[in-house]
Amino acid sequence: MLMSNIEIIPNKTIVTGFGVVSGSTVRAKHAGRDIMAGLKNIFGGELKGYTELLEESREEAIKRMVSQAEQMGANAIVNVRFSTSSVAAGAAEIYVYGTAVTVE
Amino acid sequence: MGQFVLFLILMTLGYLFGHYAEKKHYKSINKREKELLKLPVISCKNPIGNKSISHVKLSYGNVVISVDYFKRILASLYNFFGGNIRSYETLLDRARREAILRLKESVTDADQIINLRIETSSIYKGKGNSIGSVEVLAYGTAVYFEKRNQNR
Repeated sequence: MLMSNIEIIPNKTIVTGFGVVSGSTVRAKHAGRDIMAGLKNIFGGELKGYTELLEESREEAIKRMVSQAEQMGANAIVNVRFSTSSVAAGAAEIYVYGTAVTVE
Repeated sequence: MGQFVLFLILMTLGYLFGHYAEKKHYKSINKREKELLKLPVISCKNPIGNKSISHVKLSYGNVVISVDYFKRILASLYNFFGGNIRSYETLLDRARREAILRLKESVTDADQIINLRIETSSIYKGKGNSIGSVEVLAYGTAVYFEKRNQNR
């Protein structure tokens, strides 16, 4: 699956468009990470647990978007955008969307 | 009385460790930025230079950084008196530069990264809904140019 966050895939021509595809995940971190995060909130610095957590869920969201595009029969996704929002304390929603197209 | 002592301890710990962590982080950011100068990141949609592109790849880098206790107290004081909250400015500056660095580090073999987008969100809300930590995501399209000697 080819992906880009510009309107085209360079060097290729877009043949057909299928519309918007998207994937999202809502993740909550586990207790161990939360305790560490509480400590880090006193000392400052990077919250590695959260960084990993969000990276994993972002990969999962991309996987869901890709499988949706594959079902449609597309072979590329253009204009991909990410967005993050905190739903509740400690839970984050990762949303990724783009336009599924076929390129040649 | 006990609460006040705890508060003072937290303030001191926050100040000492926070100051140290920030200094160390800035040092590492400056060093890595110099190393990665050869890979330009631009926010335009077209790559600089008239070279033919062989392929592209979507890439991203993210980081979650928290502010220390001392600075959070300082920020709430600033909130009362008004003015620029310097302690949060450095937090966001560090987070953005770190995210861009991670984006670059994930595709060190690329020639350019185009259409950079930066997304900021507060993940963890501390007491009283003050910002405890921010997540910054930097993403863009990594461009690989065609190698000249392969064409000949």
